[in-house]
Amino acid sequence: MPKKIAALALALTVALPLTAEAHRAWMLPSATVLSGKDPWVTVDAAVSNDLFYFEHFPLQLDGLAVMAPDGSPVKTENASTGRYRSTFDVHLTQPGTYKMAVAGDNLFASYKLDGQQKRWRGTPDKLADIPANATDLKIRHSQRRLEVFVTAGKPSDGVLKPTGKGLELVPVTHPNDLFAGESARFTLLLDGRPASGIEVEVVPGGNRYRTKLNDMTVKTDDTGGFAVTWPEPGMYWLSADVTDTNPSVPQASERTASYTVTLEVLPQ
Amino acid sequence: MRTWVPVAVTGLLTGPAAAADMTVKVEIPTLSVAEYHKPYVAVWVEKPDQSVVGNLAVWYSLKMRDNEGVKWLKDLRQWWRRSGRSLEMPVDGISGATRAPGLHEVDTKALPLASLPPGEYALVVEAAREVGGRELLRVPFQWPPAKPVTGTAKGESELGTVTIDLKP
Repeated sequence: MPKKIAALALALTVALPLTAEAHRAWMLPSATVLSGKDPWVTVDAAVSNDLFYFEHFPLQLDGLAVMAPDGSPVKTENASTGRYRSTFDVHLTQPGTYKMAVAGDNLFASYKLDGQQKRWRGTPDKLADIPANATDLKIRHSQRRLEVFVTAGKPSDGVLKPTGKGLELVPVTHPNDLFAGESARFTLLLDGRPASGIEVEVVPGGNRYRTKLNDMTVKTDDTGGFAVTWPEPGMYWLSADVTDTNPSVPQASERTASYTVTLEVLPQ
Repeated sequence: MRTWVPVAVTGLLTGPAAAADMTVKVEIPTLSVAEYHKPYVAVWVEKPDQSVVGNLAVWYSLKMRDNEGVKWLKDLRQWWRRSGRSLEMPVDGISGATRAPGLHEVDTKALPLASLPPGEYALVVEAAREVGGRELLRVPFQWPPAKPVTGTAKGESELGTVTIDLKP
């Protein structure tokens, strides 16, 4: 591959990790169920093909927010980004369930300037960077959210409230109370409203050491609800995306909202 | 995976008792392993829907500095899910130090036997060993017992024989 195209491909892959054709983006906590007086978790974050191995790109931690059980923001510690993965630590000083989310909005624009075809990528607040005399402007809005949940002590529900923006998962079954052989229920929301007819891909981790992906696809019902019965204990990657013409950025014509969560299923 | 072990509940002829009573014995097996730590063990009674009636014992490293032994209580996964995560350890009458291999009688005083409604129950014993495995055994029983009965389950790895003796 010529160098220039390779660089562009790399830029696109990093920018669009959650679209159907791309690699898988994920966060992987060292534990999701913790006991003890002073629990910590460390989280790896990467974009890869195999789950959950860091083998391709680190996940950029811009837009990372950790929410404590009482809803307050938590400062992460020891954050760093290496060649293949990013990592950060979270000190769980409160009992209950924490949410860690990498969320953000990106815009992808194409336009013509003085007869030349141009491309631009940026966040909504940088939209003014596109020259005012650009023509044939087309903007696509990418709204993504990656989450993990971890619980110290007894699970709590405070952090499970959706933000009402983009594609989100509202657990009916608590995300840190998942066991092999049992069924768990969730609801998918788009901008706070039930997202029906959306395909959710469920992939068990560890596929480096098996020949089959063993993935499942579940479709959300009229209320946005879906259920997954976990065949085995382990870490699972759940992901869904939807493309519509309702971008929250008015200049955009199309929006792709994506949601990904890593869930741990425990043995009975 | 849950380990289900068939349980034989047999009538035994024993002497008369004043009130219905329960005796529980848990065997911790001797294991030949490179690195041995005494297992964490939880013993509780549950209803058929697996809701917890009461804990009988939780044996863990309760004398570690800064109460550090509680860090591994979540490894008793079912116990942690069913009641442990809602408790502030140590709990009087339930908490105890880890036990060496051998047969141990479990104090049942923590269970309010006198006020236990008649019905089906199960004794549950879960063991988790540091750098080792985990095993869970269930022994179903009927309360109150109509006649003296003994229920047993035998573990395959982390637990030996678990016995529950009931007297009317």
